[in-house]
Amino acid sequence: MSNRNRPISPHLQIYKPQLTSILSITHRLTGMGLAFGSLALVYFLVSLMNGPESYEAAKHFFRSWIGLALLFGCALGVSFHILNGIRHLFWDAGRGLDLKSVYASGWITIIGTLLLTGLISGIVVCQL
Amino acid sequence: MVEFALPKNSKITKGKEVKASGTPKNPRHVKVYRWNPDDAENPRLDDFEIDLDECGPMVLDALIKIKDQVDSTLTFRRSCREGICGSCAMNIDGTNTLACTKPIDEICGDIKIYPLPHMPVIKDLVPDLTQAYAQYTSIKPWLQNDSPVSSTKERLQSPEEREKLDGTWECILCFSCTTSCPSYWWNGDRYLGPAILLQAHRWIFDSRDDATGERLDELEDPFRLYRCHTIMNCTKTCPKGLNPAEKIADIKKKMVERV
Repeated sequence: MSNRNRPISPHLQIYKPQLTSILSITHRLTGMGLAFGSLALVYFLVSLMNGPESYEAAKHFFRSWIGLALLFGCALGVSFHILNGIRHLFWDAGRGLDLKSVYASGWITIIGTLLLTGLISGIVVCQL
Repeated sequence: MVEFALPKNSKITKGKEVKASGTPKNPRHVKVYRWNPDDAENPRLDDFEIDLDECGPMVLDALIKIKDQVDSTLTFRRSCREGICGSCAMNIDGTNTLACTKPIDEICGDIKIYPLPHMPVIKDLVPDLTQAYAQYTSIKPWLQNDSPVSSTKERLQSPEEREKLDGTWECILCFSCTTSCPSYWWNGDRYLGPAILLQAHRWIFDSRDDATGERLDELEDPFRLYRCHTIMNCTKTCPKGLNPAEKIADIKKKMVERV
């Protein structure tokens, strides 16, 4: 009966991107990105431990364009991951699972992420 | 297994183009996924031009018109044409829904129609639902109660107990939700998916059922229940307006409460 040549119907290729799935995959991607981003934190801590010269080198790195871009990426990732994480905690408690709340909290997460990232970036820029 | 790209035999090629006969007053292109098990070709996307002035209002009307007047080999499931049998579930304009209750005028531009996503295709728009039905069987979708059945009296429920079944009994098992779920795409062999979990909820929360503990035991598994990551595509797509994600959350909560 079963035909082994049966194709698999298209999925990612054709499914409409929508807030529900986009925020979900972004949560995963920021989570993975931040795992790598935490290496930068480790580098910073090690540079502290090793004394003034290595700290000076780390400072130089984080003030370079690459360093600032990395910090900006981490600020964006952390902001999103925290806010969307709170959203997930509400869901795990069984709250806000109707479609209207899901979309409202989704947009709040996006706007909040932009605001929080702007705030962190502003503080960083002021101290350059 | 996560496989983002389609396997070689599933890649979609360009199909034929069929113009509407005469001069259509209200022309519209319907692009339909085709696959014929009787030749060795890959799936293709056929482009049918139809005159909407000569067609009923729903996407199913357009499909029936094409099958009737243009290409009788076009294959799809349909039965009730009023959203209660669940046969004509397919991917229309990027989301899963019932062709019979999806109005054509809700779609901008070409009408693109694919089978339910990430399923083996039997022919054209007909997916193989064998596995989904087997998963349905696995949750024992019947009343389990050891107390003797009375020949004169029903098993009674209070209105409050009966209310707990609302939002689940309306499900028509069309599998729009299950096949909209990326988690089911990647782990459908072990994860039960939203439609089946919603059905599981229907029996877990039935006051007349005595097997609640066993039912929860069956779901206590890293895959069967807990592959739900609250993506919410299921609730977004349900053509009956139900909320499978909320029902799954209810089951997860019940799981915690009994520990």
